[in-house]
Amino acid sequence: MNARKLEAPDLSRVANSKTVSWYEASARQRVRLMLDAGSFREFIGPEQREQSPHLRVFDLPTQFDDGIVVGRGRIAGTPIFVAAQEGRFMGGAFGEVHGAKLTGLLRAARDTKSVPVLILFDTGGVRLQEANAGELAIAEIMRALIEARMAGVKIVGLIGGRAGCYGGGGLIAGCCSALAVSEQGRIGVSGPEVIETNRGVEEFDSRDRALVWRTMGGKHRRLLGGAEAFVDDTIQSFRNIALSLIGSVPSFGLDVLKAEQARLEERLQRFGTCADAIDIWRAEDIFDAEAVPAISSLDFIDLANRDGEPRYDAR
Amino acid sequence: METLSYRHKAQERAAGSKSLAIIGVVASGNLEVLVERSLPDTECQVDINTAAEGFGAVWEAVIADFVERRSPGGLRLSVNDGGARPDTVALRLAQAVRLIEEEDR
Amino acid sequence: MTLDDMLASLFPEGHDVRNDNGVLLGSGPLRGGGRAVVIGIADRIAVGVDEAIRLSRHVLNAMERGGTGPILVLVDSDSQRMSKRDELLGLNEFLAHLAKCLIYADMQGCQTVGLLYGHSAAGAFLATALATRVLVALPGAEPEVMDLPSMSKVTKLSIDVLKEKAKSTPVFAPGLDNLAQTGAVLSTWDEKTSLAEQLQTLLGSDQDGGDRRDRLGKTRRGRPKAADIAERVHDLALQSK
Repeated sequence: MNARKLEAPDLSRVANSKTVSWYEASARQRVRLMLDAGSFREFIGPEQREQSPHLRVFDLPTQFDDGIVVGRGRIAGTPIFVAAQEGRFMGGAFGEVHGAKLTGLLRAARDTKSVPVLILFDTGGVRLQEANAGELAIAEIMRALIEARMAGVKIVGLIGGRAGCYGGGGLIAGCCSALAVSEQGRIGVSGPEVIETNRGVEEFDSRDRALVWRTMGGKHRRLLGGAEAFVDDTIQSFRNIALSLIGSVPSFGLDVLKAEQARLEERLQRFGTCADAIDIWRAEDIFDAEAVPAISSLDFIDLANRDGEPRYDAR
Repeated sequence: METLSYRHKAQERAAGSKSLAIIGVVASGNLEVLVERSLPDTECQVDINTAAEGFGAVWEAVIADFVERRSPGGLRLSVNDGGARPDTVALRLAQAVRLIEEEDR
Repeated sequence: MTLDDMLASLFPEGHDVRNDNGVLLGSGPLRGGGRAVVIGIADRIAVGVDEAIRLSRHVLNAMERGGTGPILVLVDSDSQRMSKRDELLGLNEFLAHLAKCLIYADMQGCQTVGLLYGHSAAGAFLATALATRVLVALPGAEPEVMDLPSMSKVTKLSIDVLKEKAKSTPVFAPGLDNLAQTGAVLSTWDEKTSLAEQLQTLLGSDQDGGDRRDRLGKTRRGRPKAADIAERVHDLALQSK
């Protein structure tokens, strides 16, 4: 296969990827800028035109890659499999083809055993118009992911895009070996609007952005233990943390599951009656909890590291 | 959904040696353009799938202008359109050609 | 079929399954010998952090005891619990953990069987019924990924229009037939004959490892592309350097 550069010309003029925003980048740009130059080989690329067969019923346009880029490449010479969701196409949601590309990649990782996987999440969950296919794809992805982890494969999730990581995406993320999240990232099951629609604005005001970020955002997830690492919103930061996490997470098995059960039970015990994230942070003895949302990413990273490393024996 | 297709003669072959490039995202007000070097040097084709029906005349004009300015000989451009404005379309078509003309690093 | 009738038909010799405010935990003897671990959700309750953590504990306890018997997951649930508290505490991790425990157990040889006897939706569906190796249903079960009123709100299409579109494809609308056609539900049991017998038959039938739901979805024409796309990516990846 020829090396193909599938990227926007404006970003290619940037001297290095240290300052390029992960949030602003497209899925393709994230992959190209994160991986070693020229190392990426795409599986079922857009020229194959494997688009969704289900969107026509709703008079919706399709995307040639169905909103996900999957393939293989290298980071600092280390071979990796990578999947990157395009959060701006149908909210990065899982459709039949989209999901199947990730399922196939994870099954290959399981069978290869020696190549770690990076999943660049950017998703609202299941694609409504293909709800049943999307949900099943997520179930199959979770199965394939755990099979791969049982075979010794490290699977790292990176979260920092426009759509966050919601719905079934949040469940897949919870199955990964480790997660890294930026300030812009959010991780959850029900999105803010869904909670408000179902339970009322008193339960959750979806337009209160500060509330959304305290409850589901990157900083809270890092302090709660919902993610192992918090990074700055740059491609370089995500690249570095990916390498670091690949090298540091333990293998999967019954001991990890038992440790996770204990970790989650302890979390419920300690924070189960907290009304808001700030109460949780105070209970964790975080210095000046109220100021956490406002402090810079770099200051936050220091703060989070000061208050102890996350447990690496669980998840 | 509407499907449109325009075939043109181009003055000269698009530069470079890459056979494939892609730009853009399918979203409201946006579009993606997949470009393949798969036609004879003086031919150019643009195939469009769009959710916005009835704008054939506008597409025709934008593409005719694009072919005139950029001379995309040998290129087949395939568009998935999410309802972009003509200037955004023109921008993406130009970006697509620039991309495929770029030298591999 | 009530929960009690269902349990009696599954375990005619008796069982110790308890319904604690919608959380089902227990076990029961199998026709062919051995004992099945039972977890589940009843009374259409929502699955939140408090429910998920108890279900996963029960599965892990069985693993620690060295159990080799199957795990039966009975489901009549709402969706995941939609609340500030559950999201605040990391519901995604709790639901994922439950699914991981079930998948792990199955990979260790404890066949996991889902039995959908009522409703289920979205995240709850994923963490329970869809985390089993094989899923069967009782007649009248109502699985749902996305409810039509919500779809209507987001797509701005009326429910009537959605129902009309659903006639031509099983890929988005709720319902047992659609979930069967897409490969999620293997079969619907006959509630008028012994569920214990039907369970025994299922446990004894081909239980080759591997997730074949995508191939089932292709055969049944509910998901024409998934199996092939996954296989192609898999093969390309294995060939790649």
